Amino acid sequence: MNWTTTFLTQHVGWIAPEMPDKPIGDYIGGLVHHSPLDKVAVWQIADKHWQHFAITALEENLRWVAGWAEQADEQFIVNACFEKHGVYIVLRTLINGTKLELPTQATVYPAANRSERHTQDMFGIKFIGHPDNRRWTRHQAWDKHQYPLRKDFPVQGNPADITPPDMNYDFVKGYGAGVYEIPVGPVHAGIIEPGHFRFLAVGELILNLEERLGYVHKGIEKIAEGRTPESLARLAGRVSGDSTVGHCWAACQAMEQAAGIVVSARANLIRGIVAERERIANHLGDMGAICNDVAFTFAQMQFTRLRELWLRTNASVFGHRLLMDVVIPAGVSRDVSQLSCELLKKDIIQIREELAEIMLAVDLNSSLEDRLYTAGYLSPEIAAAFGTVGYVGRASGQDFDVRRDAAYAPYDQVSFKVALEDQGDIASRFWVRHKEINASLKLIERFIQLLPEGEITTTWKTPAIDSEGLGIVDGFRGEIISYIRFAADNKIARFYPRDPSILNWPALEKLALNNIVPDFPVCNKSLNGSYSGNDL
Amino acid sequence: MLKLLKKIVTTGIVTEKCKAPKDAELETLGIEIKRRIDKKFSGSIAIRQVDAGSCNGCELEIHAINNPFYDIERFGIHFVASPRHADVLLVTGPVSRHMQTALLRTYEATPNPKWVVAVGDCAVCGGEFGQSYACCGAVSNVIPVDMTISGCPPTPLALMKGLLGLLDR
Repeated sequence: MNWTTTFLTQHVGWIAPEMPDKPIGDYIGGLVHHSPLDKVAVWQIADKHWQHFAITALEENLRWVAGWAEQADEQFIVNACFEKHGVYIVLRTLINGTKLELPTQATVYPAANRSERHTQDMFGIKFIGHPDNRRWTRHQAWDKHQYPLRKDFPVQGNPADITPPDMNYDFVKGYGAGVYEIPVGPVHAGIIEPGHFRFLAVGELILNLEERLGYVHKGIEKIAEGRTPESLARLAGRVSGDSTVGHCWAACQAMEQAAGIVVSARANLIRGIVAERERIANHLGDMGAICNDVAFTFAQMQFTRLRELWLRTNASVFGHRLLMDVVIPAGVSRDVSQLSCELLKKDIIQIREELAEIMLAVDLNSSLEDRLYTAGYLSPEIAAAFGTVGYVGRASGQDFDVRRDAAYAPYDQVSFKVALEDQGDIASRFWVRHKEINASLKLIERFIQLLPEGEITTTWKTPAIDSEGLGIVDGFRGEIISYIRFAADNKIARFYPRDPSILNWPALEKLALNNIVPDFPVCNKSLNGSYSGNDL
Repeated sequence: MLKLLKKIVTTGIVTEKCKAPKDAELETLGIEIKRRIDKKFSGSIAIRQVDAGSCNGCELEIHAINNPFYDIERFGIHFVASPRHADVLLVTGPVSRHMQTALLRTYEATPNPKWVVAVGDCAVCGGEFGQSYACCGAVSNVIPVDMTISGCPPTPLALMKGLLGLLDR
C-alpha cells in the first residue's frame, strides 16, 4: 500500500488506469501488478485533464520527473512521470493527428517547461497556455514545420550544406542605466561542452541569466529507432560520457523489464560496483575543478591525481577507463576475478587515506571558504520547485536518492547513508560530493563482500511487440530515467533518456542570480550539468 | 595560519612524490614531442579545444593530459582560451549541425599556419552517432582535418602519441 492507492481512490472518476477491462478494484491495492510497466503504475486520462492532473499532483506534493511523447500510427502518446516517496507513476494521454494540442503542465510545474518545448519541437504537439513558446531543441538544422521524431521524418532529414547560426532567439532583455548583456558561448574558453549563456549585469552583479542549450543535439532519440538491444545500450552509454554506466544501466534495466529478464545477482553487484566507481571518479574530478575555478590549484592537482589513479584501476579491471560498455543487456561484459577484487579493495584503502589528508588541508583553507560559502545559493524551496536531483538537490535539503527510496538490485540488499546538506551553496555541493564518495567507497566494499559465484549474463529473450520498460537508476548526477518501447523483431521503437541535468540546469539560472559574473564559472561547475545529456 | 601553511607544505611534498610513477613510454614520448616542438614552433604549441557535439567522454580524457601524471604542458603544449591564440584546433564530436557554423567560425578565427586534429571516433568517422539530420558525421565533412586520433574516447597516452604524429608531418 502506498500513496497511489489513496490518490487513485479519490480521483477515480477521471483517472482511468491502464487496461480498462480490469475492474477498478484491481488497481486500488494491486495497481502495480497490472501495469505494462514493471513496478510503475500507468494512469491514462483524457487529454483535457492533462493540466488538471498536474494541479492535483502538486497539491499532493508529487515531484514532476519526466515528460516524453511517441507516435503510434495516427495517434500520439504523451507521457509525464511523477514521483512521491520513491513511488513513480506514469501519466498518459492519447491525442490524435488532427488536433495536436494539450493543456500545458509547465504553469504548474516549472520543471516541465523545457521538456514540453522539446516535445513541441520534435513532435509538433502544441502545449496550450505554455508560459514560454520559444523553440528549445530546434535551432536551424530543420524547418519550423518539420518534426524530427515523427515517423514520416527521415533520419537523414533534409539539411542545408551549412546550417546557419541560430541568430534570432528572443532572449530576455534588460533596460535601464548601466544594464548590459554578456553573451557567452557556444564555444567556451575551457575544455568544456558548448552552450550559450546570456547574462544581464550591472557592474559585476548578475541581474539575470538565461541558458540557451541544444548545440549538441545529436538526434539520439531518432537514431535509437530500429536498433537492437546491444546497439541501443552502446548508444545509451554515450548520451553523456561521464555518466556512461548510469545511462547504460537505466536503458538496460528498461529493456530487461520489457523482455521480462532477471539479471543474475553477480551481474547486478558488478553493475553496482562500476556505478559507484563512476560516481567517485566524477566527484573527484568535480571537487578538483571547483577548487580550480577559485584558483586553488593545489586541490585541483591532488584531486585529478586521485582521479587518474582511480581510472587506471578501471582500465586494468574493467578494460575501459570510463567504464563504457561494461553494462550490457542481460548482464555485464566483464567479470571480476578474486585478484581484481583485492585490487579494488586496496584502491579503496589508499583513496580513503589520501582523501582524508587532502580534505584536512582543503577544510582549513580560508580563501576557499571565502569563495565557496554563501556563493551560488539555491534555496530548498527553489530546489524543490524545479525537482532538482542528485548532489544539487541534496545540497539544498532534497532528501531523495533512487538507490534508497526506490531501491533496485543490488541496492535493495544494502543500507547506506544518503548525503544531505541544507546550506544550498557551492560549499554544500562540494561537501555533499565528499560525503557521497565516502558512502560509495563503503558500498563498493559491501558489494565485493556480497559477490556470489555465478554467471554474468542471462540469455536474452526477444520482447513482445509493444512491450515497454522504464529504467530508473541513480547516476552520479542523480536520478536517470530511461523509457523504452520495443517494436517487432527485437528492435527499439522508442528510446527516451532523461538525464538528471534536465532537472538541474534550470536551477543554475536561479542560483547564479546576485552573484558576480566572475563567480559564474564556479557556480556552473558546482552544478556540472551535462550539455550532451540535455540536448540529446 | 601557520597550521594551514604547514598543511600546504606537507601535502605539497605528497604531490611531488606522486608525480614519480611515470610510464616509461610517456617519458620518451614526451621528450620526443619536446624535440619536435622546439624545432617547428620554437618550443611552444597552443591548442584550442572545440567540442562539436561530443558526449563529453573525450573532454574528460583531454582534461586528463593536464593532470600531474601526464602534465603535457611541461613539453610546451598548452591549451588557450581563444582560437586567435591557437596553432592547433582539437575537435571532438560528430559535429552536430547546431555547432557547424560555430566550428567554421572558430576555424576561420584561427591564424595560419594551423592544424586541425579530429579527436575520438565521432570526430574521425561519426562514431556511434554517424551522419543524420542532426549530425554532419565527421569533422572532415566540415573543415580540413590534418590528423585523427581514434578511440572512444582516446586514452591520454593515445592523445599524446597523436600530437607527436602531427608534429611528424
